[in-house]
Amino acid sequence: MRAPRLFSSIGGLLAATMVGLLVVPLLALAASASWADVQLGMAHPSFSAAIALSLRTTATSLGVTLLLGTPLAWWLSTSRGRLARVVAVVVELPIVVPPAVVGVALLQTFGRQGLLGPWLSLVGISVPFTPAAVVLAQVVVSSPFFVQAAANAFRKVDRDTMIVARTLGASKAGAFVRIAVPIAAPGLWVGASLAWARALGEFGATLLFAGNMPGRTQTMPLAIFTALESDVRLAVVFSLVLAGLGAVVLLGLRFLPGLRDRGAR
Amino acid sequence: MSWSAEIRVRRDDFALDVALQGDAGVVALVGPNGSGKTTVLRILAGAVEPDYAEIEVAAQVVASTAGGIDVPMERRRMGYVPQGYGLFPHLSVIDNVAFGLSTWPHRLEKSERHARAQRLLDELDCGALAQRRVGRLSGGEQQRVALARALVIEPKLLLLDEPLAALDATTRRTVRRFLAEHLPSFQRPCVLVTHDVRDVEALATDVVVLERGQVVQRGTLEALRAAPASDFVAEFVGAR
Repeated sequence: MRAPRLFSSIGGLLAATMVGLLVVPLLALAASASWADVQLGMAHPSFSAAIALSLRTTATSLGVTLLLGTPLAWWLSTSRGRLARVVAVVVELPIVVPPAVVGVALLQTFGRQGLLGPWLSLVGISVPFTPAAVVLAQVVVSSPFFVQAAANAFRKVDRDTMIVARTLGASKAGAFVRIAVPIAAPGLWVGASLAWARALGEFGATLLFAGNMPGRTQTMPLAIFTALESDVRLAVVFSLVLAGLGAVVLLGLRFLPGLRDRGAR
Repeated sequence: MSWSAEIRVRRDDFALDVALQGDAGVVALVGPNGSGKTTVLRILAGAVEPDYAEIEVAAQVVASTAGGIDVPMERRRMGYVPQGYGLFPHLSVIDNVAFGLSTWPHRLEKSERHARAQRLLDELDCGALAQRRVGRLSGGEQQRVALARALVIEPKLLLLDEPLAALDATTRRTVRRFLAEHLPSFQRPCVLVTHDVRDVEALATDVVVLERGQVVQRGTLEALRAAPASDFVAEFVGAR
Protein backbone atom coordinates (compact mmCIF):
# COMPACT_ATOMS: atom_id res chain seq x y z
CA MET A 1 0.00 0.00 0.00
CA ARG A 2 2.81 2.37 0.95
CA ALA A 3 4.54 2.37 -2.46
CA PRO A 4 1.42 3.35 -4.47
CA ARG A 5 0.60 6.08 -1.93
CA LEU A 6 4.13 7.47 -2.18
CA PHE A 7 3.91 7.30 -5.93
CA SER A 8 0.62 9.19 -6.01
CA SER A 9 1.98 11.79 -3.56
CA ILE A 10 4.99 12.44 -5.79
CA GLY A 11 2.72 12.55 -8.82
CA GLY A 12 0.43 15.03 -7.09
CA LEU A 13 3.38 17.22 -6.11
CA LEU A 14 4.74 17.24 -9.67
CA ALA A 15 1.31 18.06 -11.08
CA ALA A 16 0.83 20.86 -8.55
CA THR A 17 4.25 22.27 -9.47
CA MET A 18 3.19 22.28 -13.13
CA VAL A 19 -0.03 24.15 -12.31
CA GLY A 20 1.97 26.58 -10.18
CA LEU A 21 4.39 27.29 -13.01
CA LEU A 22 1.47 28.08 -15.29
CA VAL A 23 -0.59 30.14 -12.87
CA VAL A 24 1.82 31.97 -10.55
CA PRO A 25 3.35 34.26 -13.23
CA LEU A 26 -0.14 35.34 -14.30
CA LEU A 27 -1.14 36.01 -10.67
CA ALA A 28 2.08 37.96 -10.14
CA LEU A 29 1.29 40.00 -13.22
CA ALA A 30 -2.24 40.73 -11.99
CA ALA A 31 -0.97 41.64 -8.51
CA SER A 32 1.69 44.03 -9.76
CA ALA A 33 -0.66 46.66 -11.19
CA SER A 34 -3.22 48.82 -9.39
CA TRP A 35 -6.46 50.01 -10.97
CA ALA A 36 -4.90 53.50 -11.22
CA ASP A 37 -1.94 51.96 -13.15
CA VAL A 38 -4.37 50.27 -15.53
CA GLN A 39 -6.25 53.52 -16.18
CA LEU A 40 -3.01 55.41 -16.69
CA GLY A 41 -1.57 52.73 -18.98
CA MET A 42 -4.69 52.55 -21.13
CA ALA A 43 -4.62 56.32 -21.53
CA HIS A 44 -1.03 56.19 -22.84
CA PRO A 45 -0.84 57.18 -26.55
CA SER A 46 1.13 54.06 -27.56
CA PHE A 47 -1.60 51.84 -26.06
CA SER A 48 -4.48 52.91 -28.29
CA ALA A 49 -2.32 52.80 -31.42
CA ALA A 50 -0.91 49.36 -30.58
CA ILE A 51 -4.21 47.75 -29.55
CA ALA A 52 -5.97 49.19 -32.63
CA LEU A 53 -3.21 47.85 -34.89
CA SER A 54 -3.26 44.46 -33.14
CA LEU A 55 -7.04 44.10 -33.46
CA ARG A 56 -7.02 45.29 -37.08
CA THR A 57 -4.14 43.07 -38.21
CA THR A 58 -5.31 39.98 -36.30
CA ALA A 59 -8.83 40.38 -37.75
CA THR A 60 -7.31 40.58 -41.25
CA SER A 61 -4.94 37.67 -40.69
CA LEU A 62 -7.81 35.57 -39.30
CA GLY A 63 -9.87 36.40 -42.39
CA VAL A 64 -7.00 35.36 -44.67
CA THR A 65 -6.48 32.18 -42.62
CA LEU A 66 -10.17 31.21 -42.82
CA LEU A 67 -10.35 31.99 -46.54
CA LEU A 68 -7.23 30.04 -47.53
CA GLY A 69 -7.11 27.53 -44.67
CA THR A 70 -10.66 26.15 -44.86
CA PRO A 71 -10.39 24.66 -48.37
CA LEU A 72 -6.90 23.37 -47.52
CA ALA A 73 -8.18 21.70 -44.34
CA TRP A 74 -11.07 20.09 -46.25
CA TRP A 75 -8.68 18.77 -48.87
CA LEU A 76 -6.32 17.41 -46.20
CA SER A 77 -9.21 15.69 -44.44
CA THR A 78 -10.60 14.02 -47.56
CA SER A 79 -7.40 13.10 -49.42
CA ARG A 80 -5.57 9.85 -48.78
CA GLY A 81 -2.68 10.32 -51.20
CA ARG A 82 1.02 10.81 -50.49
CA LEU A 83 0.84 14.45 -51.56
CA ALA A 84 -1.74 15.17 -48.82
CA ARG A 85 0.49 13.55 -46.20
CA VAL A 86 3.47 15.66 -47.34
CA VAL A 87 1.39 18.86 -47.37
CA ALA A 88 0.06 18.06 -43.86
CA VAL A 89 3.64 17.97 -42.56
CA VAL A 90 4.62 21.15 -44.44
CA VAL A 91 1.59 22.98 -43.01
CA GLU A 92 2.66 22.09 -39.47
CA LEU A 93 6.24 23.31 -39.97
CA PRO A 94 5.64 26.89 -38.72
CA ILE A 95 4.45 25.42 -35.39
CA VAL A 96 7.86 23.89 -34.71
CA VAL A 97 10.04 26.50 -36.44
CA PRO A 98 10.97 29.42 -34.09
CA PRO A 99 9.14 32.68 -34.97
CA ALA A 100 12.47 34.46 -35.46
CA VAL A 101 13.30 31.93 -38.17
CA VAL A 102 9.93 32.61 -39.80
CA GLY A 103 10.77 36.33 -39.74
CA VAL A 104 14.10 35.78 -41.48
CA ALA A 105 12.45 33.43 -43.99
CA LEU A 106 9.81 36.04 -44.79
CA LEU A 107 12.56 38.65 -45.31
CA GLN A 108 14.34 36.23 -47.64
CA THR A 109 11.07 35.85 -49.56
CA PHE A 110 9.64 39.38 -49.66
CA GLY A 111 12.75 41.48 -48.87
CA ARG A 112 14.36 43.69 -51.50
CA GLN A 113 16.95 41.00 -52.23
CA GLY A 114 14.52 38.14 -51.55
CA LEU A 115 12.91 35.54 -53.77
CA LEU A 116 9.81 37.54 -54.69
CA GLY A 117 10.89 41.04 -53.54
CA PRO A 118 12.46 42.19 -56.85
CA TRP A 119 9.36 41.05 -58.81
CA LEU A 120 7.01 42.79 -56.39
CA SER A 121 9.07 46.01 -56.50
CA LEU A 122 8.63 46.03 -60.30
CA VAL A 123 4.89 46.59 -59.75
CA GLY A 124 5.55 49.06 -56.92
CA ILE A 125 4.88 46.73 -53.98
CA SER A 126 7.21 46.58 -51.00
CA VAL A 127 6.01 44.34 -48.18
CA PRO A 128 8.64 44.40 -45.36
CA PHE A 129 8.17 46.92 -42.53
CA THR A 130 4.54 47.65 -43.42
CA PRO A 131 1.22 46.68 -41.76
CA ALA A 132 0.90 44.08 -44.55
CA ALA A 133 4.11 42.48 -43.25
CA VAL A 134 2.53 42.29 -39.78
CA VAL A 135 -0.47 40.46 -41.26
CA LEU A 136 1.73 38.15 -43.32
CA ALA A 137 3.84 37.20 -40.30
CA GLN A 138 0.69 36.53 -38.27
CA VAL A 139 -0.83 34.38 -41.02
CA VAL A 140 2.29 32.23 -41.33
CA VAL A 141 2.70 31.57 -37.60
CA SER A 142 -1.01 31.23 -36.72
CA SER A 143 -2.73 29.56 -39.69
CA PRO A 144 -1.28 26.06 -38.98
CA PHE A 145 -3.24 26.01 -35.72
CA PHE A 146 -6.47 26.60 -37.64
CA VAL A 147 -5.68 24.23 -40.51
CA GLN A 148 -4.77 21.43 -38.12
CA ALA A 149 -7.90 21.85 -35.97
CA ALA A 150 -10.15 22.31 -39.02
CA ALA A 151 -8.78 19.21 -40.78
CA ASN A 152 -9.41 17.16 -37.61
CA ALA A 153 -12.94 18.58 -37.38
CA PHE A 154 -13.66 17.82 -41.04
CA ARG A 155 -12.42 14.24 -40.57
CA LYS A 156 -15.44 13.72 -38.30
CA VAL A 157 -17.80 14.47 -41.18
CA ASP A 158 -19.02 11.05 -42.32
CA ARG A 159 -18.50 10.41 -46.02
CA ASP A 160 -21.97 8.85 -46.33
CA THR A 161 -23.57 11.96 -44.83
CA MET A 162 -22.02 14.03 -47.61
CA ILE A 163 -23.13 11.50 -50.24
CA VAL A 164 -26.70 11.65 -48.91
CA ALA A 165 -26.68 15.46 -49.10
CA ARG A 166 -25.55 15.24 -52.73
CA THR A 167 -28.23 12.67 -53.62
CA LEU A 168 -30.78 15.05 -52.09
CA GLY A 169 -29.84 17.69 -54.63
CA ALA A 170 -27.01 19.63 -52.97
CA SER A 171 -24.08 20.61 -55.17
CA LYS A 172 -20.53 19.90 -53.94
CA ALA A 173 -20.26 23.45 -52.58
CA GLY A 174 -23.80 23.31 -51.17
CA ALA A 175 -23.12 20.06 -49.30
CA PHE A 176 -19.87 21.53 -47.95
CA VAL A 177 -21.48 24.75 -46.71
CA ARG A 178 -24.76 23.27 -45.43
CA ILE A 179 -23.52 19.96 -44.02
CA ALA A 180 -19.74 19.73 -43.55
CA VAL A 181 -19.19 23.21 -42.10
CA PRO A 182 -22.02 23.04 -39.50
CA ILE A 183 -20.97 19.54 -38.40
CA ALA A 184 -17.34 20.67 -38.08
CA ALA A 185 -18.27 24.09 -36.62
CA PRO A 186 -17.12 23.45 -33.04
CA GLY A 187 -13.67 22.35 -34.27
CA LEU A 188 -13.50 25.24 -36.75
CA TRP A 189 -14.35 27.70 -33.98
CA VAL A 190 -11.67 26.24 -31.69
CA GLY A 191 -9.10 26.38 -34.52
CA ALA A 192 -10.01 29.96 -35.41
CA SER A 193 -9.78 31.03 -31.77
CA LEU A 194 -6.38 29.39 -31.28
CA ALA A 195 -5.09 30.95 -34.50
CA TRP A 196 -6.37 34.38 -33.51
CA ALA A 197 -4.82 34.11 -30.04
CA ARG A 198 -1.51 33.01 -31.56
CA ALA A 199 -1.60 35.93 -34.03
CA LEU A 200 -2.37 38.37 -31.21
CA GLY A 201 0.70 37.20 -29.31
CA GLU A 202 2.99 37.08 -32.33
CA PHE A 203 6.32 38.83 -31.64
CA GLY A 204 9.51 37.42 -33.17
CA ALA A 205 8.54 37.14 -36.82
CA THR A 206 6.79 40.52 -36.68
CA LEU A 207 9.80 42.26 -35.12
CA LEU A 208 12.19 40.95 -37.80
CA PHE A 209 9.90 41.21 -40.83
CA ALA A 210 7.73 44.23 -39.99
CA GLY A 211 9.85 46.17 -37.52
CA ASN A 212 8.66 48.04 -34.45
CA MET A 213 7.26 51.34 -35.68
CA PRO A 214 4.66 52.92 -33.39
CA GLY A 215 1.35 53.41 -35.15
CA ARG A 216 2.48 51.46 -38.20
CA THR A 217 3.84 48.05 -37.27
CA GLN A 218 3.99 48.17 -33.47
CA THR A 219 1.48 45.59 -32.25
CA MET A 220 0.75 44.99 -28.55
CA PRO A 221 3.56 42.48 -27.93
CA LEU A 222 6.04 44.90 -29.51
CA ALA A 223 4.59 47.78 -27.47
CA ILE A 224 5.20 45.68 -24.32
CA PHE A 225 8.80 45.09 -25.45
CA THR A 226 9.31 48.83 -26.01
CA ALA A 227 7.59 49.87 -22.77
CA LEU A 228 9.73 47.45 -20.77
CA GLU A 229 12.80 49.54 -21.63
CA SER A 230 11.32 52.76 -20.21
CA ASP A 231 8.41 52.03 -17.87
CA VAL A 232 7.82 48.57 -16.40
CA ARG A 233 4.37 49.53 -15.04
CA LEU A 234 3.25 50.38 -18.58
CA ALA A 235 4.54 47.01 -19.81
CA VAL A 236 2.60 45.28 -17.02
CA VAL A 237 -0.65 47.03 -17.95
CA PHE A 238 -0.23 46.19 -21.65
CA SER A 239 0.50 42.59 -20.66
CA LEU A 240 -2.61 42.44 -18.49
CA VAL A 241 -4.76 43.61 -21.40
CA LEU A 242 -3.32 40.90 -23.67
CA ALA A 243 -3.76 38.27 -20.96
CA GLY A 244 -7.36 39.45 -20.49
CA LEU A 245 -8.08 39.08 -24.22
CA GLY A 246 -6.63 35.56 -24.11
CA ALA A 247 -8.77 34.71 -21.09
CA VAL A 248 -11.90 35.93 -22.89
CA VAL A 249 -11.12 33.62 -25.83
CA LEU A 250 -10.52 30.69 -23.48
CA LEU A 251 -13.74 31.30 -21.53
CA GLY A 252 -15.63 31.64 -24.80
CA LEU A 253 -14.29 28.26 -25.95
CA ARG A 254 -15.13 26.57 -22.66
CA PHE A 255 -18.49 28.05 -21.85
CA LEU A 256 -20.33 29.12 -25.02
CA PRO A 257 -23.35 26.82 -24.57
CA GLY A 258 -23.99 25.79 -28.19
CA LEU A 259 -20.31 25.19 -28.77
CA ARG A 260 -19.84 23.13 -25.66
CA ASP A 261 -22.87 20.91 -26.31
CA ARG A 262 -22.07 20.27 -29.93
CA GLY A 263 -18.39 19.78 -29.27
CA ALA A 264 -19.22 17.14 -26.71
CA ARG A 265 -21.60 15.19 -28.90
CA MET B 1 -40.69 1.92 -63.72
CA SER B 2 -37.67 -0.28 -64.53
CA TRP B 3 -33.92 0.13 -64.21
CA SER B 4 -30.76 -1.57 -65.37
CA ALA B 5 -27.08 -1.21 -64.60
CA GLU B 6 -23.92 -2.64 -66.07
CA ILE B 7 -20.89 -1.70 -64.00
CA ARG B 8 -17.18 -2.44 -64.15
CA VAL B 9 -14.50 -1.19 -61.75
CA ARG B 10 -10.92 -2.31 -61.17
CA ARG B 11 -8.97 -1.04 -58.14
CA ASP B 12 -5.61 -2.54 -57.12
CA ASP B 13 -6.70 -5.94 -55.78
CA PHE B 14 -10.46 -5.55 -56.32
CA ALA B 15 -12.51 -5.99 -59.49
CA LEU B 16 -16.25 -5.45 -59.80
CA ASP B 17 -18.16 -6.59 -62.87
CA VAL B 18 -21.92 -6.77 -62.48
CA ALA B 19 -25.10 -6.43 -64.51
CA LEU B 20 -28.31 -5.76 -62.59
CA GLN B 21 -31.88 -4.92 -63.47
CA GLY B 22 -35.24 -4.62 -61.81
CA ASP B 23 -38.72 -3.15 -61.95
CA ALA B 24 -40.86 -1.53 -59.28
CA GLY B 25 -40.05 -4.27 -56.76
CA VAL B 26 -37.19 -4.77 -54.34
CA VAL B 27 -33.98 -6.43 -55.54
CA ALA B 28 -31.89 -7.79 -52.68
CA LEU B 29 -28.14 -7.59 -53.14
CA VAL B 30 -26.42 -10.12 -50.90
CA GLY B 31 -22.88 -11.39 -50.55
CA PRO B 32 -19.98 -11.79 -48.14
CA ASN B 33 -18.16 -8.76 -46.72
CA GLY B 34 -15.96 -7.10 -49.33
CA SER B 35 -17.93 -8.50 -52.26
CA GLY B 36 -18.68 -4.98 -53.55
CA LYS B 37 -22.31 -4.47 -52.48
CA THR B 38 -21.87 -0.97 -51.02
CA THR B 39 -19.66 0.01 -53.97
CA VAL B 40 -22.50 -0.95 -56.34
CA LEU B 41 -24.92 1.30 -54.42
CA ARG B 42 -22.43 4.18 -54.41
CA ILE B 43 -21.84 3.82 -58.14
CA LEU B 44 -25.61 3.84 -58.76
CA ALA B 45 -25.86 6.97 -56.59
CA GLY B 46 -23.00 8.56 -58.53
CA ALA B 47 -20.64 8.83 -55.55
CA VAL B 48 -18.01 6.47 -56.95
CA GLU B 49 -16.72 6.76 -60.48
CA PRO B 50 -16.63 3.40 -62.27
CA ASP B 51 -14.30 2.46 -65.12
CA TYR B 52 -17.33 1.50 -67.18
CA ALA B 53 -21.03 2.03 -66.56
CA GLU B 54 -24.29 1.88 -68.47
CA ILE B 55 -27.01 2.84 -66.02
CA GLU B 56 -30.58 3.55 -67.00
CA VAL B 57 -33.35 4.37 -64.54
CA ALA B 58 -36.98 5.07 -65.49
CA ALA B 59 -36.04 5.42 -69.16
CA GLN B 60 -33.33 7.98 -68.42
CA VAL B 61 -29.65 7.24 -68.98
CA VAL B 62 -27.84 8.49 -65.86
CA ALA B 63 -24.42 7.08 -66.77
CA SER B 64 -23.06 5.84 -70.05
CA THR B 65 -19.37 5.38 -70.68
CA ALA B 66 -20.10 4.70 -74.36
CA GLY B 67 -22.34 7.76 -74.67
CA GLY B 68 -20.12 10.03 -72.56
CA ILE B 69 -22.95 10.64 -70.06
CA ASP B 70 -22.44 11.02 -66.31
CA VAL B 71 -25.37 12.72 -64.61
CA PRO B 72 -24.05 14.28 -61.37
CA MET B 73 -25.22 12.87 -58.05
CA GLU B 74 -27.50 15.79 -57.25
CA ARG B 75 -29.48 15.28 -60.46
CA ARG B 76 -29.85 11.48 -60.43
CA ARG B 77 -32.82 11.39 -58.02
CA MET B 78 -31.54 8.35 -56.15
CA GLY B 79 -32.85 7.89 -52.61
CA TYR B 80 -29.80 6.70 -50.67
CA VAL B 81 -29.98 5.36 -47.12
CA PRO B 82 -26.43 4.38 -46.05
CA GLN B 83 -25.52 1.91 -43.32
CA GLY B 84 -25.18 4.47 -40.51
CA TYR B 85 -28.20 6.36 -41.95
CA GLY B 86 -26.10 9.52 -42.58
CA LEU B 87 -28.55 11.80 -40.77
CA PHE B 88 -27.51 15.45 -40.48
CA PRO B 89 -26.72 15.80 -36.76
CA HIS B 90 -27.08 19.59 -36.65
CA LEU B 91 -30.64 19.58 -38.03
CA SER B 92 -33.96 18.60 -36.52
CA VAL B 93 -35.88 15.60 -37.88
CA ILE B 94 -38.18 17.80 -39.97
CA ASP B 95 -35.22 19.72 -41.44
CA ASN B 96 -33.45 16.45 -42.24
CA VAL B 97 -36.49 15.20 -44.13
CA ALA B 98 -37.14 18.56 -45.80
CA PHE B 99 -33.50 18.94 -46.94
CA GLY B 100 -34.19 17.40 -50.35
CA LEU B 101 -36.88 20.03 -50.97
CA SER B 102 -34.52 22.91 -50.17
CA THR B 103 -32.10 22.37 -53.05
CA TRP B 104 -32.26 23.73 -56.56
CA PRO B 105 -34.01 23.26 -58.93
CA HIS B 106 -36.76 21.66 -56.79
CA ARG B 107 -36.54 24.18 -53.96
CA LEU B 108 -39.84 24.90 -52.21
CA GLU B 109 -40.84 27.58 -49.70
CA LYS B 110 -39.99 26.59 -46.13
CA SER B 111 -43.65 26.23 -45.07
CA GLU B 112 -44.41 24.01 -48.07
CA ARG B 113 -41.36 21.77 -47.62
CA HIS B 114 -42.07 21.38 -43.92
CA ALA B 115 -45.70 20.49 -44.70
CA ARG B 116 -44.60 17.82 -47.19
CA ALA B 117 -41.94 16.45 -44.84
CA GLN B 118 -44.50 16.30 -42.04
CA ARG B 119 -46.99 14.43 -44.24
CA LEU B 120 -44.32 11.88 -45.10
CA LEU B 121 -43.28 11.49 -41.46
CA ASP B 122 -46.95 10.95 -40.56
CA GLU B 123 -47.26 8.29 -43.26
CA LEU B 124 -44.23 6.54 -41.76
CA ASP B 125 -45.76 6.71 -38.26
CA CYS B 126 -43.14 9.09 -36.90
CA GLY B 127 -44.83 12.48 -37.21
CA ALA B 128 -44.33 13.11 -33.50
CA LEU B 129 -40.54 13.13 -33.97
CA ALA B 130 -40.55 16.18 -36.25
CA GLN B 131 -39.01 18.69 -33.87
CA ARG B 132 -36.57 16.29 -32.23
CA ARG B 133 -32.78 16.41 -32.71
CA VAL B 134 -31.64 13.32 -34.61
CA GLY B 135 -29.04 12.56 -31.92
CA ARG B 136 -31.89 11.87 -29.51
CA LEU B 137 -33.60 9.24 -31.71
CA SER B 138 -33.48 5.49 -31.19
CA GLY B 139 -32.00 3.28 -33.92
CA GLY B 140 -35.43 2.36 -35.29
CA GLU B 141 -36.52 6.00 -35.33
CA GLN B 142 -33.34 7.05 -37.12
CA GLN B 143 -34.01 4.37 -39.73
CA ARG B 144 -37.51 5.70 -40.40
CA VAL B 145 -36.34 9.30 -40.60
CA ALA B 146 -33.57 8.33 -43.03
CA LEU B 147 -36.13 6.51 -45.17
CA ALA B 148 -38.49 9.51 -45.09
CA ARG B 149 -35.62 11.80 -46.10
CA ALA B 150 -34.76 9.56 -49.05
CA LEU B 151 -38.40 9.27 -50.15
CA VAL B 152 -39.21 12.99 -49.99
CA ILE B 153 -37.47 13.64 -53.32
CA GLU B 154 -39.65 10.95 -54.95
CA PRO B 155 -36.57 9.00 -56.01
CA LYS B 156 -36.47 7.01 -59.21
CA LEU B 157 -34.48 4.31 -57.41
CA LEU B 158 -34.23 3.67 -53.68
CA LEU B 159 -30.87 2.42 -52.39
CA LEU B 160 -30.92 0.83 -48.91
CA ASP B 161 -27.56 -0.29 -47.51
CA GLU B 162 -28.13 -2.83 -44.73
CA PRO B 163 -31.02 -0.83 -43.28
CA LEU B 164 -31.55 -3.20 -40.35
CA ALA B 165 -27.97 -4.17 -39.49
CA ALA B 166 -27.44 -1.62 -36.71
CA LEU B 167 -30.68 -2.45 -34.88
CA ASP B 168 -31.23 -4.83 -31.97
CA ALA B 169 -33.23 -8.00 -32.64
CA THR B 170 -36.60 -6.66 -31.45
CA THR B 171 -36.33 -3.34 -33.28
CA ARG B 172 -35.10 -5.16 -36.35
CA ARG B 173 -38.28 -7.23 -36.45
CA THR B 174 -40.44 -4.13 -36.00
CA VAL B 175 -38.63 -2.11 -38.67
CA ARG B 176 -38.62 -5.09 -41.06
CA ARG B 177 -42.38 -5.39 -40.69
CA PHE B 178 -42.65 -1.64 -41.12
CA LEU B 179 -40.58 -1.69 -44.35
CA ALA B 180 -42.60 -4.65 -45.67
CA GLU B 181 -45.79 -2.67 -45.12
CA HIS B 182 -44.59 0.65 -46.49
CA LEU B 183 -42.10 -0.03 -49.30
CA PRO B 184 -44.69 -1.49 -51.74
CA SER B 185 -46.98 1.52 -51.24
CA PHE B 186 -44.27 3.89 -52.51
CA GLN B 187 -44.09 2.03 -55.82
CA ARG B 188 -40.36 2.72 -56.21
CA PRO B 189 -37.77 0.31 -57.50
CA CYS B 190 -35.39 -0.48 -54.69
CA VAL B 191 -31.99 -2.12 -54.23
CA LEU B 192 -31.60 -3.56 -50.76
CA VAL B 193 -28.19 -4.66 -49.49
CA THR B 194 -28.54 -7.16 -46.67
CA HIS B 195 -26.83 -9.99 -44.80
CA ASP B 196 -30.06 -11.43 -43.46
CA VAL B 197 -32.22 -13.92 -45.33
CA ARG B 198 -35.25 -12.79 -43.26
CA ASP B 199 -34.97 -9.34 -44.90
CA VAL B 200 -35.13 -11.03 -48.29
CA GLU B 201 -38.13 -13.16 -47.26
CA ALA B 202 -40.00 -10.12 -46.00
CA LEU B 203 -39.03 -7.48 -48.53
CA ALA B 204 -37.49 -8.67 -51.78
CA THR B 205 -38.89 -10.21 -54.92
CA ASP B 206 -35.54 -10.97 -56.48
CA VAL B 207 -32.08 -11.79 -55.14
CA VAL B 208 -28.68 -11.12 -56.68
CA VAL B 209 -25.70 -12.81 -55.03
CA LEU B 210 -22.35 -11.06 -55.33
CA GLU B 211 -19.03 -12.75 -54.53
CA ARG B 212 -15.64 -11.11 -55.11
CA GLY B 213 -17.25 -8.50 -57.37
CA GLN B 214 -19.05 -11.00 -59.61
CA VAL B 215 -22.70 -12.07 -59.76
CA VAL B 216 -22.69 -15.78 -58.90
CA GLN B 217 -26.44 -16.31 -58.87
CA ARG B 218 -29.73 -14.46 -59.30
CA GLY B 219 -33.40 -15.37 -58.98
CA THR B 220 -36.11 -15.77 -56.40
CA LEU B 221 -35.28 -17.03 -52.94
CA GLU B 222 -37.02 -20.30 -53.79
CA ALA B 223 -34.85 -20.75 -56.89
CA LEU B 224 -31.71 -20.08 -54.84
CA ARG B 225 -32.85 -22.60 -52.22
CA ALA B 226 -33.55 -25.19 -54.88
CA ALA B 227 -30.12 -24.96 -56.48
CA PRO B 228 -27.58 -22.86 -54.58
CA ALA B 229 -24.67 -21.95 -56.83
CA SER B 230 -22.03 -21.65 -54.08
CA ASP B 231 -21.32 -22.43 -50.43
CA PHE B 232 -22.17 -18.86 -49.52
CA VAL B 233 -25.57 -19.03 -51.25
CA ALA B 234 -26.35 -22.38 -49.60
CA GLU B 235 -25.49 -20.99 -46.18
CA PHE B 236 -27.35 -17.73 -46.82
CA VAL B 237 -30.63 -19.39 -47.82
CA GLY B 238 -30.24 -22.07 -45.15
CA ALA B 239 -30.07 -24.94 -47.59
CA ARG B 240 -27.35 -26.68 -45.57
